[in-house]
Amino acid sequence: MRRRLRRVAGSESFGPYTLLRIERDGLETGVPGQFFMLEAPGRVLPRPMSLCLATRAELAFLIDPVGPGTRMLCTLEPGAELHLLGPLGIGFDLAVERPLLVGGGIGIAPLPFLSQRLARSGGSPPALLGFRSEWHAEAAVLVPNAEVCIEPAFVTDLLPDEPHDVLACGPEPMLEALRLLVPPAQLAWEAPMACGFGACYGCAVEIDGELKRLCVEGPVLAGAA
Amino acid sequence: MTAPEVARSLDAFVTKTITPEPRDGNPPVRIAETGAGMLNSIGLANPGRERFLAEVLPRLRELGLPLWVSVGGFSASDYAATCSLLEDVTIELNLSCPNVDEAPEGAAEIVAACRESTQLPLYAKLSPSAWNIAEHARAAESAGADGLSLVNTLRGLALGGDLRPVLGSGTGGYSGPALKPVALAAVYACANAVDLPIVGIGGVCTGLDALELIAAGASAVGLGTILFADPESPARIRGELAAETASRNLGHPLAARGLALQSSRETVV
Repeated sequence: MRRRLRRVAGSESFGPYTLLRIERDGLETGVPGQFFMLEAPGRVLPRPMSLCLATRAELAFLIDPVGPGTRMLCTLEPGAELHLLGPLGIGFDLAVERPLLVGGGIGIAPLPFLSQRLARSGGSPPALLGFRSEWHAEAAVLVPNAEVCIEPAFVTDLLPDEPHDVLACGPEPMLEALRLLVPPAQLAWEAPMACGFGACYGCAVEIDGELKRLCVEGPVLAGAA
Repeated sequence: MTAPEVARSLDAFVTKTITPEPRDGNPPVRIAETGAGMLNSIGLANPGRERFLAEVLPRLRELGLPLWVSVGGFSASDYAATCSLLEDVTIELNLSCPNVDEAPEGAAEIVAACRESTQLPLYAKLSPSAWNIAEHARAAESAGADGLSLVNTLRGLALGGDLRPVLGSGTGGYSGPALKPVALAAVYACANAVDLPIVGIGGVCTGLDALELIAAGASAVGLGTILFADPESPARIRGELAAETASRNLGHPLAARGLALQSSRETVV
């Protein structure tokens, strides 16, 4: 795998978020939950983004403009070029029998691709999505077969009684709650990263008293680990 | 692209700093980008001297590159003890990590203790925060250093939208493009003050950056932050350095060594 230069194909807004579509041109998708380092034009460091959607022609990333780098990425025009490095890290284990996708806020980013890969002849796997507001929830259309809640309701209120294989991505409090409620859940975590390939040690997060480099040991970790 | 592939594209590889005991490093968040650089507060995370020697160093040897081991500690005897256990590497003494409290002894005392404990080449990595870095360079030379690594990061602080520190440990070490003029000034001052080889480090992103450090007096150039942003940068920088050298009819990059010093030797502190 190498760092590749690709063109922006286009972008669409979903509430506050931007779906940035990039010409694929031979790039591998990797496994859902893996991520790419996207060059943020004019910035010193690239930004880690999990793959949101893949077609034959494009890779798409859902981006929340929370800082100068993500704002730059959201304003890229079709034809603009940027470097991508990926796919990186450990994604979701897709060998699950009763998948239930759980996402919160911008954490829904890897779920459309995950849903795509888990879809069977019976349809898409069920998903529970939580958002801060109706505006944020506009992104829910990206995930098929989803039940949506808006704060003050939380996705944990919607968890079904019968057992499921939970695959989740969202804010830390949501992931912490899922770890307690559904210990075997596969959880995709987030941390600022400088490199994405294990060199900078910047993305270490404490899981059960141990510091792990999310870029190479994650970003998907088993909840009970 | 993996970290070993990146390392193999270099002429030599410098390890993260090794301390006598294992260290988890600082609490997250440990990196923050700023306008012209990045802050890190990794905090010397490393497996400790024993595991480094038993597990990490043998794997690094497989890279087939000259290795530089960065040695850290909390007393001169810490540094010296680690140096005495190393073989067939160049030692870089990290005398200036901004993410841990300063070593209680002065840099010269640490260099002297290490000089007694090893025959291996010893490079002293100095902080650019020193008021008069040339004085520290002279002290390191007198204490037996074989070379200098210039410079380490500068201490910096980044605040988030909530006006609180972004980094878990508050402050961190500032690296990246903003550090280049600082590194150039340090190399320039020390090249005038001592007769030691200097590795110029700080914000190198292009071949011209590398050539400038050589012109200021460096005989080798180190890459740091750019490797995170662009792990394929070594090949690009090599190509650019060759082109910048050729466009100045210099023949070899090292023909530029010290060019910046020649017209203004008298004015340098």
